[in-house]
Amino acid sequence: MLPQHLRNLAGVGGVVRLEVTGPATQRAVIDAIEAAYPVLAGTIRDRGTQKRRALVRFFACGEDVSLESPDAPLPEAVACGKEPFLIIGAIAGG
Amino acid sequence: MSGVRVLVGTRKGAFILSSDGARKAWKVDGPHFGGWEIYHLKGSPAEPNRLYASQSSGWFGQLIQRSSDGGRTWEAAGNDFKYDGTTGTHQWYDGTAHPWEFKRVWHLEPSLTDPDAVYAGAEDAALFRSADAGSTWTELSGLRGHGTGKSWMPGAGGMCLHTILLDPVIPGRIFIAISAAGAFRSDDGGGTWKAINRGLRSEHIPDPTAEVGHCVHRIAMHRSRPKVLFMQKHWDIMRSDDAGDSWREVSGNLPSDFGFPIEVHAHEPETIYVVPIKSDSEHYPPDGRLRVYRSRQGGNEWEALSKGLPQKDCFVNVLRDAMAVDSLDTCGVYFGTTGGQVYASADAGDSWTPIVRDLPAVLSVEVQTLP
Repeated sequence: MLPQHLRNLAGVGGVVRLEVTGPATQRAVIDAIEAAYPVLAGTIRDRGTQKRRALVRFFACGEDVSLESPDAPLPEAVACGKEPFLIIGAIAGG
Repeated sequence: MSGVRVLVGTRKGAFILSSDGARKAWKVDGPHFGGWEIYHLKGSPAEPNRLYASQSSGWFGQLIQRSSDGGRTWEAAGNDFKYDGTTGTHQWYDGTAHPWEFKRVWHLEPSLTDPDAVYAGAEDAALFRSADAGSTWTELSGLRGHGTGKSWMPGAGGMCLHTILLDPVIPGRIFIAISAAGAFRSDDGGGTWKAINRGLRSEHIPDPTAEVGHCVHRIAMHRSRPKVLFMQKHWDIMRSDDAGDSWREVSGNLPSDFGFPIEVHAHEPETIYVVPIKSDSEHYPPDGRLRVYRSRQGGNEWEALSKGLPQKDCFVNVLRDAMAVDSLDTCGVYFGTTGGQVYASADAGDSWTPIVRDLPAVLSVEVQTLP
């Protein structure tokens, strides 16, 4: 699931369905997003360092997984498509 | 009948204001890219319907948008701004070495002749060029590789390359300005650069007349006379008659020589405009009175232009890229404020009216004169 501004950029609805080859990890999911929607390259993670943008957070099965390794396996429920992988714009700014 | 299109970048989107040549009735279109910071948008002099916009956000980074129909529709261009070679370091606020980090594009300057060629001024300070309408970008790294690069330090607003002037007479000559490094000139299309800060004096830096380290806020030129440059520095209005090789102060009788924008009349190369701001910590007009100042002598002697502008309780700022002129027979002058007003003068500054009053804080104003 993408945040509103990235949905608008990509011209998609709330939930995007993606096929991921190999283990389902944060890196694999974002690779698949950027391949399907090139306009989103650089908006979720830095193009150069590949690090998650500071004010973007990742959630899976109700847990904040933002600080986990990008190569750690995502929960099985997300991998098999039962649960969404949530990309959230952090509540920030005052 | 000819017309004008005013391109306004704000903290929360872009707006396009259009009018016929009378400049009395305006159509306000927007926001485009609502919720995003639009630091700058500008049209190609070679193809006015080709527009470029810098779209950024603290959450989602930098994008470049391109329009081929005057801003009715947009498509995302490339956003891969990669520093060339070893990134290196510049000086941080505390004097320590700090690695160069790309943050955003402050200014887009389309080529004078090729609608697909465009320059981008970035924070941390670097100049990029695209030859394919913004799809791909290449750093002109000779600037950052200038021998003084390691000593550049950010200003309060970041270490931004905010001004790009393309010389319409001498091919390959480019002027740029960086806060707080100073002004630089290239005579070979951006390959090599020379610091052009001789004559600047900045009391707030360790060596007030240093080769670099001056907080230049904006430079302007008249296209008929590109060797004459006008500068709004952190403090001081400066003038150069030799393409930046030397500068002299022309602040004259201004109530304050602090400010951000400076602009030149479209048909009178010695007529220039500034908006005095009280001080570097009090970013609002002196006495709460919003006044544009005009010099018809290229500086030193200034007259206040206040008709139609608020003359009490006005505490807005006018940012460096937020003033522009049209080139109709009677030159129009435009500026936007951090309070969201965009003011227009259809009589070269003698009188002003707000085109729109309640936009988000205005970051930039550009004007296109349309046939």
